[in-house]
Amino acid sequence: MHIVDRRLNPGSKSLENRQRFLRRAKALVQGAVKKSSQERDIKDVLEGGEVSVPIDGMDEPRFRREGGTRDMVLPGNKKFVEGDMLPRPNQSGGKGRGAGEGDSEDTFRFVLSRDEFVDLFLDDLELPDLAKRKLAEVECEGIRRAGYSTSGSPANISVSRTVSRALARRVALRRPRPEELAALEAELEDCSEARRAELLAEIEALKAKIKRIPFIDPIDIRYRRFETVPKPVAQAVMFCLMDVSGSMTEHMKDLAKRFYMLLYVFLKRRYRHVEIVFIRHTDRAEEVDEQTFFYGPASGGTLVSSALQAMHDIVRTRFRPEDWNIYAAQASDGDNSYADGEVASRLLTDKILPVSQFFAYLEVGQENGLSYEMPNSALWTLYEGLRANGAPLSMRKVNERSEIFPVFHDLFQRRSQQERNAS
Amino acid sequence: MTAADQLLFQGADWDFRTLQKICDACEQVACNELGLDVYPNQIEVITAEQMLDAYSSVGMPLFYKHWSFGKHFAFQEASYRKGLMGLAYEIVINSSPCISYLMEENTATMQTLVIAHAAFGHNHFFKNNYLFKQWTDADGILDYLEFAKRYVAHCEERHGRQAVEHTLDAAHALMSHGIDRYPGKKSLDLRAEEKRAGRRRAHEEAAFNDLWRTVPGGKVKSDAVLDVERRRQMLGLPQENLLYFLEKTAPRLRPWQRELLRIVRHIAQYFYPQSQTKVMNEGTATYVHYRIMSRLHQQGRLTDGNFLEFLQSHTNVVFQPEFDDPRYSGFNPYALGFAMMQDIERIVTDPDAEDREWFPDIAGKGDAMGVLRDIWANYRDESFISQFMSPRLMRHFRLFHLHDDPEERAGILVDAIHNERGYRRLRRELARQYDVGFIDPNIEVVDVDLAGDRRLMLRHTVVKGAQLTETDTKRVLQHLADLWSYDVSLVESDASGTVLKEYVAHPRNIAAAA
Repeated sequence: MHIVDRRLNPGSKSLENRQRFLRRAKALVQGAVKKSSQERDIKDVLEGGEVSVPIDGMDEPRFRREGGTRDMVLPGNKKFVEGDMLPRPNQSGGKGRGAGEGDSEDTFRFVLSRDEFVDLFLDDLELPDLAKRKLAEVECEGIRRAGYSTSGSPANISVSRTVSRALARRVALRRPRPEELAALEAELEDCSEARRAELLAEIEALKAKIKRIPFIDPIDIRYRRFETVPKPVAQAVMFCLMDVSGSMTEHMKDLAKRFYMLLYVFLKRRYRHVEIVFIRHTDRAEEVDEQTFFYGPASGGTLVSSALQAMHDIVRTRFRPEDWNIYAAQASDGDNSYADGEVASRLLTDKILPVSQFFAYLEVGQENGLSYEMPNSALWTLYEGLRANGAPLSMRKVNERSEIFPVFHDLFQRRSQQERNAS
Repeated sequence: MTAADQLLFQGADWDFRTLQKICDACEQVACNELGLDVYPNQIEVITAEQMLDAYSSVGMPLFYKHWSFGKHFAFQEASYRKGLMGLAYEIVINSSPCISYLMEENTATMQTLVIAHAAFGHNHFFKNNYLFKQWTDADGILDYLEFAKRYVAHCEERHGRQAVEHTLDAAHALMSHGIDRYPGKKSLDLRAEEKRAGRRRAHEEAAFNDLWRTVPGGKVKSDAVLDVERRRQMLGLPQENLLYFLEKTAPRLRPWQRELLRIVRHIAQYFYPQSQTKVMNEGTATYVHYRIMSRLHQQGRLTDGNFLEFLQSHTNVVFQPEFDDPRYSGFNPYALGFAMMQDIERIVTDPDAEDREWFPDIAGKGDAMGVLRDIWANYRDESFISQFMSPRLMRHFRLFHLHDDPEERAGILVDAIHNERGYRRLRRELARQYDVGFIDPNIEVVDVDLAGDRRLMLRHTVVKGAQLTETDTKRVLQHLADLWSYDVSLVESDASGTVLKEYVAHPRNIAAAA
């Protein structure tokens, strides 16, 4: 009989198989992920969770039979006698792949981890102009351990290292141990006179030696050493600009919110550190917290330039463009006062676009509207003019919740430089 | 010795010393008192996660990588997390040494139960049943699986994952038709098999000379010369082992693809006895654990509390819901097997007049273990049920037989019940449910059109009007055509030869390109 403990063996032997399965089912799973993300709240989407994949293409076919005459022996007869006729149970109540319907739409459900889900969710997206990050300049210092040194501050003394060195030195120099001394002294108690003198001399020598070889010498002392290392900055700030004038309905804010959340998740995947700045504006702009941003009651006229100015100020004071990757997403119903166009345009071209990695403009429309039927609004016309001049601007119109992800996807898809300029 | 010294353990906790003690105590009962003959045992303690892993690769400790195992894992994990499914207490592998996996979460009583069940019950059955002796090579299986795993990984490296996956998908689809149902020339020796595979590869590599490709070949002998009979004989037709047929004769398969088919075929063959002996195998293990646990309790090595805990698990395992119970999903092999074996014990030791009439050979023979050991060695589910299902047991389960013929009647006929007139018919019908020859559709290769378009012709002999499901059949045939590289047709015909349906599949280019 042989008993083995295998609990410490690496588990997850199935991980590889599971990954193969996901790879194989990728197109299907991706479709399912997109579908489920449209149906669910974005917060829930990020929880990962269960998706249904159509079994078609994922099943493993076998030769199987059905129909014909059937015989079965069952347990638990209570009242039947030979020759009884029982009604045939309802045929349709089969198990999905029952009697010959052929391509039934069975689905196979399984659970994705949060990471798997988000990976698939954002799979073919990338941030525009990631290359801008200048590693040489945007480094900061980090600290890491770097062995031991002979000098340093007392706070950094490494006791164990010091003691072990002291021990090694004492052994090497043959420092007498207290026991040896004690033994000699014990012998001294009762011994012959001749031996006595000899012992005394020996004890004297040992005592001297102990004095000469200290327990801990300054040369034993070691300090823990730390060194600073440069670390690349991987941080981004995301500006959420939203028009909260009276014309913005709850539905529009909801659309905007979904877009921002997608953007946030997306940035979070790419950067170690992501800051969000919420700026809402009517005819004047203010920086607010998330709660106020989406739910605060505010109303008034509309001056888009106020928000742009606020963003510019914040960038100048808190987010040096050299250190931060700056993203902005603006959601609006497109109304702007006519006189503001010129100011906004100048702010964008001169101040904001040059420092931004990406500026997305999302024009949100009424529920049940059709995005391609929306007339070009004042802002839309303004931005279109800018983009025609080559500014890194992307713009889309959205009416329905279900459009958010496709639009987002569309904006951030991997593409060549020319294509991006054209969008 | 005091009572406390005799106990194997106290409470629910166990450690490795306890396990050893338990094993020794079980072995004592199993080998000396019950006369079991087992492979050496190896007990491995694993976690629940590892158990799930083992589950999803058909219960084997090492297996080649394939997405379908990942699918099963995802599926099983999901239902386990949701609590729809409990994990089995053990997995046991038919190998020598016989490996039993124990979950660390089990209590000491459960570990005792599992050791008695797997390490002695299943183990004895594996070692002694004729089907396992004939078909499986307990010494070689682990090495062979290791070889299969390495070989598949090696193929992926050389020929790309896609191509390997495609071949394995196709092979898996035909797995249930990759079995030799009748013992052939010799039993399987997987170690020799592995060595031969290596030699074949080495030979192919050594003998390959590109020059020979450029030598003009002579005129091929006209195919028409070979008459049909001779051709069929040469191809070994009709052949019901589709994987074997493809491996040997598919014209355009690469050597490594043949080797993959071979691996899948060997593994299918290895599991073949298990599917034929579910009732007996589980019945044996359950009967053995019941005997061992009762004996340990009797000896004072288990406390009353522990024994009660055991009885509760045991009762759950051998619970058989009735047909109208929502929990009913067919016969529970544990319940059926255990009940039959207990019944046999009763017939042997304490028969009544009915038993003497039905089982003159064993009734009153006195040596229950001797009779059972003989049965375990020489029967499979079908023959076991058709020989040893007693009228008393049929009454106990209150069996009845339903006959459903949609062509003839509007309803389902109750054809036999547990009475004097019905016993034999019930027993025959129940045994038929366990006849593997009957469960799998009877499909065989009947011919290859060598003179024409090399079409592979298959036939499904329809029994009792049950035809193949269309969608699945098309998909499997597609895989088959991909391996064969030419058209494949399947004809469904009934016993009189009337054609009921015909399928044709054309090869996709994937297999040829691979």
